[in-house]
Amino acid sequence: MKVLVPVKRVIDYNVKVRVKADGSGVDLANVKMSMNPFDEIAVEEAIRLKEAGTADEVVAVSIGVKQAQETLRTALAMGADRAILIVAAADAHQDIEPLAVAKILKAVIDEEQPNLVLAGKQAIDNDMNATGQMLSALLGWSQATFASKLEVNGDNAVVTREVDGGLQTIKVKLPAIVTVDLRLNQPRYASLPNIMKAKKKPLGEKTAADYGVDVSPRLEVVKTAEPEARQAGEIVPDVDTLVAKLKERGVV
Amino acid sequence: MAVLLLGEVNDGELALDPTAKAVNAAKALGEVTVLCAGASAAAAGAAAAKIEGVAKVLVAEHPALSHRLAEPTAAMIVSLAGDYSHIMAPATSDAKNVMPRVAALLDVMVISDVSGVVDADTFERPIYAGNAIQTVRSKDAKKVVTLRTSAFKAAGKGGPAKVETVDVPGDPGLSEWVEDKVAESDRPELTSAGVVVSGGRGVGSQGDFALIEKLADKLGAAVGASRAAVDAGFAPNDWQVGQTGKVVAPELYVAVGISGAIQHLAGMKDSKIIVAINKDPDAPIFQIADYGLVADLFQAVPELIEKL
Ligand SMILES: Cc1cc2nc3c(=O)[nH]c(=O)nc-3n(C[C@H](O)[C@H](O)[C@H](O)COP(=O)(O)OP(=O)(O)OC[C@H]3O[C@@H](n4cnc5c(N)ncnc54)[C@H](O)[C@@H]3O)c2cc1C
Ligand SMILES: Nc1ncnc2c1ncn2[C@@H]1O[C@H](COP(=O)(O)O)[C@@H](O)[C@H]1O
Repeated sequence: MKVLVPVKRVIDYNVKVRVKADGSGVDLANVKMSMNPFDEIAVEEAIRLKEAGTADEVVAVSIGVKQAQETLRTALAMGADRAILIVAAADAHQDIEPLAVAKILKAVIDEEQPNLVLAGKQAIDNDMNATGQMLSALLGWSQATFASKLEVNGDNAVVTREVDGGLQTIKVKLPAIVTVDLRLNQPRYASLPNIMKAKKKPLGEKTAADYGVDVSPRLEVVKTAEPEARQAGEIVPDVDTLVAKLKERGVV
Repeated sequence: MAVLLLGEVNDGELALDPTAKAVNAAKALGEVTVLCAGASAAAAGAAAAKIEGVAKVLVAEHPALSHRLAEPTAAMIVSLAGDYSHIMAPATSDAKNVMPRVAALLDVMVISDVSGVVDADTFERPIYAGNAIQTVRSKDAKKVVTLRTSAFKAAGKGGPAKVETVDVPGDPGLSEWVEDKVAESDRPELTSAGVVVSGGRGVGSQGDFALIEKLADKLGAAVGASRAAVDAGFAPNDWQVGQTGKVVAPELYVAVGISGAIQHLAGMKDSKIIVAINKDPDAPIFQIADYGLVADLFQAVPELIEKL
């Protein structure tokens, strides 16, 4: 079985994001970029499927700027076999929308014919939570989002999903798109020898135009603003004062 | 312009709060038709008809629509889409599952987790865990939108609007439901509660999380948790508040043993009053708390329960 894992290069989750003064976006110049945390979980799950003998090949795919090569090298160092970069933007400030990403991924999937796609539930930059579902729609495949447990058995997968009410388990026909949630696994760190080995693994490169996909945005960004700041509060000395304050405000 | 709004239906019942909030956000854009879909949805449809601002209710009943599986639900919505300029839903986990699929089938971009409706084409939404608010203008012919319910007030009582039943395209047969694990609780629902008490890693164990629950019960509150507390097994996944969990904006939010990582703040920083109890005076949560108490939670929380 072949598993395809789309990985996105995003601002590192530890970086304090700053909105540009002119309201044109957030400042990505000279900030640390990393693999989207959910995609690390997806890569980890794919590698575990390979280690368990369920999968025989893991292919990582990234769409964006040329530097997304680094993200793909990380996936390779974790244990992916091969990677494909689709250059679709010249500048990190140009985010490719989930619909366009899904169209490109569909084209890659038509070529690669994987049985399973493991994507992240959400990219932590645009917080869209959409690509996996859109890809599944374009392919006419089954989808299982927000997975916290995955079991592949022959021609189907049983997936436990984190939903508002608790947990839901569904059984999906393969091929399927599964988007992964935080509690599916704990991703491994790439070891130094594996980082060295990853440098020799194949990393193919294409462009969005090679697939004939138009990546121009459907959503025009009018402006990007700082959220309203909260008024500074106060430190109360003890529980009695806290209770008095809350009574004053009429909330207890 | 006309809006098709997916009502939040769970096991045949309407979740009134998220649906009424979404109706309120949608009604400025045109006549609102609420779709209630499920194995049984008639009761939900009758309830939706009594929300102020609802012009019409469509009831779609079919076994394939039970458990809101994405593929048949999306196909159902797409079969109705022709008549509407906007297809909207409260941003629940069900809608996040279904609506991007609907958008892709219509070849439009989904606009997720909208916190402000500017006009028919223009919407505000938080990005980067709420570190920035982006205003986007859609160039698509149809807008497919999920609405962050914590950002909108609920529409009141009205109607009753007329209710019609609609045909269901059926089941594409791609996936099947196996089971739900839903914890029953007498506490208020997290995203609509007036008061929320959340515990973090500082609580230390599942057993000690009872202390958080006790404080919550004293305040008639819902219980929340940080990701760290959920990951550690102190609390179930559906209690997680944050960027990738639930977003809440109660009158009062009490954070106990939570450091205040940006991903947690993303889910609660629009609360009216924030109280933080943490033994570390430098914890970032104190920078956004209205009232901070630097204390060991194992002393402060029992004392608070006693004095409230
Ligand atoms: C992709 C991604 C998504 C995420 N999504 C979310 C999300 O949705 N929600 C979320 O919450 N997090 C999320 N996180 C995790 C987030 O980054 C933090 O790791 C998490 O919020 C930390 O939880 P915490 O504050 O409980 O734990 P910690 O940061 O460990 O803080 C524990 C606090 O408890 C205090 N404490 C300890 N003992 C006591 C005591 N006896 N009395 C009083 N105080 C005490 C400590 O001083 C400390 O401040 C996400 C992370 C990533 C990478
Ligand atoms: N540019 C991209 N390149 C590769 N994968 C992506 C890209 N954008 C989104 N994805 C995948 O889709 C998931 C959800 O992203 P989003 O829908 O943008 O929140 C991510 O976790 C990735 O797995």
